[in-house]
Amino acid sequence: MVNSLLAVTIAGLHLKTPLIAASGTFGFGVEFADLVNLNQVGAICVKGLSLTPCAGNKGQRVVSTPSGILNAIGLENPGCTYFLEHILPQLRTYQVPVIVNIYGHSVEEYAAVAQALDVEGIDALEINISCPNVKQGGLAFGTDPHMATSVVQAVKKNTHKPVITKLSPNVTDIVSLARAVEDAGSDALSLINTLLGMKIDVRARKPVLGNIVGGLSGPAIRPVAVRMVYQVAQQVHIPIIGMGGIATAQDALEFMLAGASAIAVGTANLYQPDTLCTLTQDLQDYCAREQISCLQEIVGQALPQGKKSMPYFSRNNYDKK
Amino acid sequence: MPKVLEQSGVVLQKPLDARTYLLRLNAAQIAEQVVPGQFVHIKLTMPGEALLRHPFGVAAVDKTQGTIDIIYRVAGEFTRALAKLTPCDRLSILGPLGRGFDLAAPGRTLLVGGGTGLAPLLFLVSRLGAEKTDVLMGARTKEELFWQKLFRPFVQHIFITTDDGSLGTHGTVMALLPSLLTQGYQRVYVCGPSPMMKAVANACEAQDVACQVSLERYMACGMGACLSCTCQGREKRLKVCTDGPAFWSKEVSEW
Repeated sequence: MVNSLLAVTIAGLHLKTPLIAASGTFGFGVEFADLVNLNQVGAICVKGLSLTPCAGNKGQRVVSTPSGILNAIGLENPGCTYFLEHILPQLRTYQVPVIVNIYGHSVEEYAAVAQALDVEGIDALEINISCPNVKQGGLAFGTDPHMATSVVQAVKKNTHKPVITKLSPNVTDIVSLARAVEDAGSDALSLINTLLGMKIDVRARKPVLGNIVGGLSGPAIRPVAVRMVYQVAQQVHIPIIGMGGIATAQDALEFMLAGASAIAVGTANLYQPDTLCTLTQDLQDYCAREQISCLQEIVGQALPQGKKSMPYFSRNNYDKK
Repeated sequence: MPKVLEQSGVVLQKPLDARTYLLRLNAAQIAEQVVPGQFVHIKLTMPGEALLRHPFGVAAVDKTQGTIDIIYRVAGEFTRALAKLTPCDRLSILGPLGRGFDLAAPGRTLLVGGGTGLAPLLFLVSRLGAEKTDVLMGARTKEELFWQKLFRPFVQHIFITTDDGSLGTHGTVMALLPSLLTQGYQRVYVCGPSPMMKAVANACEAQDVACQVSLERYMACGMGACLSCTCQGREKRLKVCTDGPAFWSKEVSEW
């Protein structure tokens, strides 16, 4: 389905719709093929990959919370080599851009993963500098602008692909992080990763999650995410992929009005696996109802006058570089 | 066998004991396809309810009526809400999910179950021949053993253990299993608490009897994507939701 109504170009990536499947909630895409027409998804951001396989955290890894979930998977994944040999060929049978989420325990490891994945069939990389569930790396890189800069620069040096940096909300000033990674050469931003949280089993008198703490996601965090997109959109020139508890078209529109050029659906995939299909239809219906000929028109419309989001108007920046 | 999302209605909610209920749901497409050992992933649709789906092993199907049964014990927020449903209430069901039990020529068979672990075994037993199938049930007290009535039509012998000795042999299923395993069973299927399954699996391996286990883990997507429910296998990481929940005991190393 080619539909100019919903199409968007982000960091040189041409997406049929602004709806992306968020990393860690959609596996490698193929798991959802029974329930979602993958050819109609804007892009699939696959489960975070490290250089070598990772077994993840012990104990209970997920629990429901009010309007949300806490997870502490610990970035379990089969590693780059397995992904390239066994999973990517399956995924490539679908007409959908593939974004690979990557993480490492050191700047060198981020660089090595980027290099290993600099192959045909992968359309972009998303750098995870914001996972709260691994002791080394992850979040540490995402809360210090200098470390974030080093990671983004190292990845950029080792890939020919557009680089999206996924930021953590667990910081005092998200704008300074966003600016740092923009200056370091990131082509786009993903906002936001999960909020650090925990839950205690009152009867057992101990934490529910094996990892003690986990990442809070789902509708519970949506207002935080919208606020951060709104703040960052006024201060950076690279496009933003907004995410955080999006479950309906209304939610998606909120993020776009706040300045996100595209949005990602995450937690909703876990409890309502056909959400991406529903949202695609609902956004089309919205455009028809509102007599909008291109959904990108609304990006940043809720921003203060004179601070309209730049990404839509500068979306060719990537091609110029 | 594609998985489907069905908007389902409650047909019947029936208490089996003080805390255990049978819930019959309209789910024609799932009823048509589901095999013993597979599960369905249920989402409550009332506002404010738990966001994540909860997995339930299918206990019975009626293809003619297009219904499936689950049997659950009220143990937490989700099952408390489930117990409040009445006929015609709606919920969302995703299924059938997972790999079911291996049914290829099991020969003389012993089912071993504890608590609601007996639910998937009930579906299984309806597909095995009664003349060659026995069941060993473990419970805390005799009050929990309404299961006898449910299994009676499908098996030859019912062996019972209770923790308090109020019915059958005093102790856990392990009080009876070693002696039963010397009686020529070619296949054991076990479903229940992890320590019980581990003990049964070890006893079966010692006697060289093939054993299938049905693992239970907290899970989110149920489709192999989120990796909430993985555990270590002897040869590789296992996803309980898609590689299982039914496994050969020899595939599992982390109970």
